[in-house]
Amino acid sequence: MGKISAKTGNEAMAEAMRQINPDVVAAYPITPATEIVQIFAGFKSDGLVDTEFIATESEHSALSACIGSAASGARTMTATASQGLVLMQEMLYIASGLRLPIVIAEVNRALSSPINIHCDHSDTMGARDSGWIQIYSENAQEAYDNLIQAVRIAESALLPVMVTIDGFIISHGMERIEIIPDEEVKGFIGEYRPRYTLLDEERSITMGAIDFTDYFFEHKRQQIEAMKEAKEKIIEVSKEFNSRFKRDYGLFECYRLEDARYALVVLGSTGGTVKVVVDELREDGVKAGLLKVRVFRPFPWQEIKDTLAYIPFIAVMDRSDGLSSLGGPVFQEIRSALYDIDSRPKVINYIYGLGGRDTKLHHIKQVFQDLQGIDRTGRIDGLINYLGVRE
Amino acid sequence: MKELVEIRWHGRGGQGAKTAALLFADAALGEGKYVQAFPEYGPERMGAPVQSFNRLSDRPITLHCGVEEPSVVVVLDETLLEIVDVVRGLVEDGILLVNTSEIPQAIRRKVRLEGRKVFTVDASTISRETIGQDIPNTPMLGALIKVTGFINLERMLDDTRRRLEKKFKSKPELIDGNINAIKRAYQEVKGE
Repeated sequence: MGKISAKTGNEAMAEAMRQINPDVVAAYPITPATEIVQIFAGFKSDGLVDTEFIATESEHSALSACIGSAASGARTMTATASQGLVLMQEMLYIASGLRLPIVIAEVNRALSSPINIHCDHSDTMGARDSGWIQIYSENAQEAYDNLIQAVRIAESALLPVMVTIDGFIISHGMERIEIIPDEEVKGFIGEYRPRYTLLDEERSITMGAIDFTDYFFEHKRQQIEAMKEAKEKIIEVSKEFNSRFKRDYGLFECYRLEDARYALVVLGSTGGTVKVVVDELREDGVKAGLLKVRVFRPFPWQEIKDTLAYIPFIAVMDRSDGLSSLGGPVFQEIRSALYDIDSRPKVINYIYGLGGRDTKLHHIKQVFQDLQGIDRTGRIDGLINYLGVRE
Repeated sequence: MKELVEIRWHGRGGQGAKTAALLFADAALGEGKYVQAFPEYGPERMGAPVQSFNRLSDRPITLHCGVEEPSVVVVLDETLLEIVDVVRGLVEDGILLVNTSEIPQAIRRKVRLEGRKVFTVDASTISRETIGQDIPNTPMLGALIKVTGFINLERMLDDTRRRLEKKFKSKPELIDGNINAIKRAYQEVKGE
């Protein structure tokens, strides 16, 4: 059993970074992720970490520095949010294309414009096709556990990983969490032995070379395969984490889903609120359940399909809208995953919580009531719905 | 204690509503409780009305929405009573605790509250006399644990000392002042 303490999500992420003790952290501050780097810089100045800490002049530079560092074989991390992740966008693709196991602690925040500092998932959903593994956390404990696992996942999959928490709700909310002893974290992540580095003179390699019509496609094909294979690696790392620290993580969490007739699919902190509603509905005899997606990239579509196949009424909750006119990204992918099932479930979409709009218990109850309505009438009135908005 | 206790703190930017919620959560954690402490982030300015929140339970808390129906409301600044509906959503058997030199009955009339329980303590005066400035958040913690009984006084004092030692490394005199403020408010809080 580790030490029980009260920490905010940002404090929990910074604490994990202290224990990971990366070789290099290059970062630029942005609300609501600023504290992660601020606290970590404190660890550095207090001599608690050996990290080379680089304060850069922008997020683009921060990730560029991370790429150089990771390419030279250093265990490398950074933290960012929102516009910061967007400014990193160009370098996100380069990091993943070079197969560099960088880890980002990411705090979900809405994107401008209009300007807003509060939580939604637009920032990381905008990076969903950038070749980064994405792991979403419900609370401070999961953020801490996921960040520690991310180091192992990145280094075994040779892919970069972003671990996310909901801005303010989790990043600035203090909760009870269990901190693993330093030595045990060290033992779990192990010493980093990069397979390829620019500084390995015995085995010289080229990174970032030009790659035209002759081999570009083959290299992308390998990257696609690496993302597919990452799924098993995430499962392996989660299993080992559970065997050591007794906290069980999978690709997604099923909550009272076995015999459910109505299911919600959600990512992040709202998952916890949905659990409370599911418990209340179960007491009233309503067969409600929750599937909380932890790993969104790679998207575990076969496992989700097998799990949701027998649940006739499903609402997918998206904390971002792709502005495609077909709802949010989670909805589109879940619905696509279920297409080949003969008795396809009814799947509807709720866009919720944009710009930090509070998602209350009665909002979640409304979603379940809507699913029950579809069950009664056989009719879907709204395929894509907006929860808690004035219109 | 009820299955889930929710507390709403009202203050003005700079009075320490957020810190009070964090200190309270930390002390409750020491009692083996599951806790949450979170502020409401708006346009933060010195002096503007702000809120922060606590949740306490003997079981894990998974709720991540705002607090709508608090069991306890703590008001750090009595001038807020005229501009903020501080008793909004306060549950039937809830508690209102206000930093004021007035008696509870006067506050009850001012906020037109029926039922529930009203307590008052002059935390600003206590703060000025113990800490040397008007920072009412720590004395209000003392009054809060007295009227709710959620936390043991000695534990609260230990945890507050530990946290403040980190925060005020360079100003140790503030630590004893804060500890004395909690003790005095614990003794001086008045009910109806």
